[in-house]
Amino acid sequence: MKKSFAVVSFAVLALLAASCGTSGGDSGGSGSNDTAGGFTPPDLKKLETLGAGEGKLSVLAWPGYAEDGSNDPKVDWVSSFEKETGCQVTVKTFGTSDEAVSLMKTGQYDVVSASGDASLRLIAGGVVEPVNTGLIKNYADVYPFLKDRPWNSVKGQMYGVPHGYGANLLMWRTDKVKPAPTSWSAVFDANSPYKGAVTAYDSPIYIADAAMYLMATKPELGIKNPYALDDKQFQAAVDLLKQQKGLVSEYWSDYLKEVQAFTSGNSVIGTTWQVIANVAKGEKVPVDVTVPTEGVTGWSDTWMLSATSKSKNCGYLWMNHIVSPKANAAVAEYFGESPSNGKACAETADKNHCTTFHAGDQAYSEKIWYWTTPIEQCLDGRTDVKCADYAKWTQAWTSIKG
Amino acid sequence: MLHRHPRVRLALLLGPPMLWLGVAYLGALAALFVTALWTQNGFTGVIERQWTLDSFRTLFTEDVYRTIALRTIGVAVLVTLVDAVVAFPIALYMSKVARPGLRRILLVAVLMPLWASYLVKAYAWRGMFSEGGLVSSAFNAVGLESPGYGLTATVVTLAYLWLPYMILPIYAGLERLPNSLLEASADLGARTGHTIRRVIVPVVIPAMVAGSIFTFSLTLGDYIAVRIVGGTNQLLGNVVYDNVGAANNLPFAAAVATIPVVVMLVYLAAVRRTGAMENL
Repeated sequence: MKKSFAVVSFAVLALLAASCGTSGGDSGGSGSNDTAGGFTPPDLKKLETLGAGEGKLSVLAWPGYAEDGSNDPKVDWVSSFEKETGCQVTVKTFGTSDEAVSLMKTGQYDVVSASGDASLRLIAGGVVEPVNTGLIKNYADVYPFLKDRPWNSVKGQMYGVPHGYGANLLMWRTDKVKPAPTSWSAVFDANSPYKGAVTAYDSPIYIADAAMYLMATKPELGIKNPYALDDKQFQAAVDLLKQQKGLVSEYWSDYLKEVQAFTSGNSVIGTTWQVIANVAKGEKVPVDVTVPTEGVTGWSDTWMLSATSKSKNCGYLWMNHIVSPKANAAVAEYFGESPSNGKACAETADKNHCTTFHAGDQAYSEKIWYWTTPIEQCLDGRTDVKCADYAKWTQAWTSIKG
Repeated sequence: MLHRHPRVRLALLLGPPMLWLGVAYLGALAALFVTALWTQNGFTGVIERQWTLDSFRTLFTEDVYRTIALRTIGVAVLVTLVDAVVAFPIALYMSKVARPGLRRILLVAVLMPLWASYLVKAYAWRGMFSEGGLVSSAFNAVGLESPGYGLTATVVTLAYLWLPYMILPIYAGLERLPNSLLEASADLGARTGHTIRRVIVPVVIPAMVAGSIFTFSLTLGDYIAVRIVGGTNQLLGNVVYDNVGAANNLPFAAAVATIPVVVMLVYLAAVRRTGAMENL
């Protein structure tokens, strides 16, 4: 009896294996293996005219990007949108760009706030469609230096609306870390006095932070762009992170977990976003943030529209709303980043907000190393070497954590 | 009409569950294995249906995956041992010492933690292991340094979570042990320790192994507790999660997921020899 059961189950397995068999790669990424500048996105049509709202909208956003007052009654720019347009909004947040890409591929979300290390992957995979910026009234007020950039457009066609940009900062507990740090060495140096209480961002893209630190501290490596690393440079960054692991108490990707670790004192120093510092300060945790001397990595985000969305009109209305001066100002202030719409600066509660975050200052914004998907063709223009692509970054991240 | 055709009746009776077993269980396993043989576009994350052993090659050639697999098995073994050591006296007291009324109360007490959410319990341990938490204050009070977040915390948390799954089989196994055997042992002059060693433990070993199947397999697949209390450590479940949820590399995740399946098959094959399967 037992033997015959084994035979039957094996036959079932074999049958299933055969029926799921290979299809010769016909569903493969349509030409997305091509080079960065030259990849051909799937041929998708953009909307020509705007119709009435569909009544609902499913938003996939970074935490703090779509607040409806449930976290803090005073922080709310979703309710006014719902009232004006009749589109009922549901919000799902994500912790890393990789998570955003895999959630977006399920087709359950209409719009997404994509950073530069997610946007091109979404475009190349046919997950998001081109956006007709003519249908978005507030698009005209968006800073020109954010339009038609390599991370939000392909061949002059915009794939979304620029949302804003900001930097990954260094946060520390003011009562436990003295003097106030000014350099990333506090989290990378093997002799850091904060061994065992350092935190770091749990995503392969964090390798860029190590590369940027090496750019300043080890110029002999010749790193010109932290997202374009040849084998030797990549290995140096990975080695630095492996050494850093000895200092780390835990990695974070869930922002509430970081707040809690700083509250309890398990982490006292590490990389963060302004919004996390704001939440921690709101809970009376003594923390402060700074832009270290080596520079910062950061993000420049784009609201994108799902190609399979059934609420595209609501999606366009949302993209228009989120870059409207009022909403854009509210998001920028709450999340702690620069708005994308210059008119937002007049609407912020703190009148110095735009000065603090250097809004509209093109020279400053060029200095932030924005999250970008690393690819084999070096992004810094070198053609004599191959750079580590994102798949390599991902595997290296697993081996860094060990 | 059905009573005239016993074969039809049997087919109707057994058909649905067999179909469930075949499609949902074996089918899922087959799909897992087939996916592991595909590859994926590194940039867009789209699955490319071309046969390749690349995922398995990476799995076997990169040292880090061996380290993680061994660490996971080590944690699973430790959790099982801790549970066995803690569960045995509790089960022994419940089945042989406690009065029937108390026995019922204890049984409920053992089952009670299962009513609370897994996450609540894991986060409770996170609070206890944090700086200034219960565990660290207790360690500091006796002049020791708290283990903090790490593998120790992971083993403790998982051992706590799976303890009922170990107590219940042992309790059931001891229930079946006639009291007359213990009396005979005492009559023949054996002390308590001797009785436990020579009479109770041999009877209870298969029950313990049955319990260990639960604690071992549940630990092999766990990835949440280690994220909450494990500090920087990762187990096999985290690698699977990172590859599905973050890297979009489903084929590689499937390849990693076959490791626990193989480990469990080996374990079950070994366990079958002890006769523990009859104790499940």
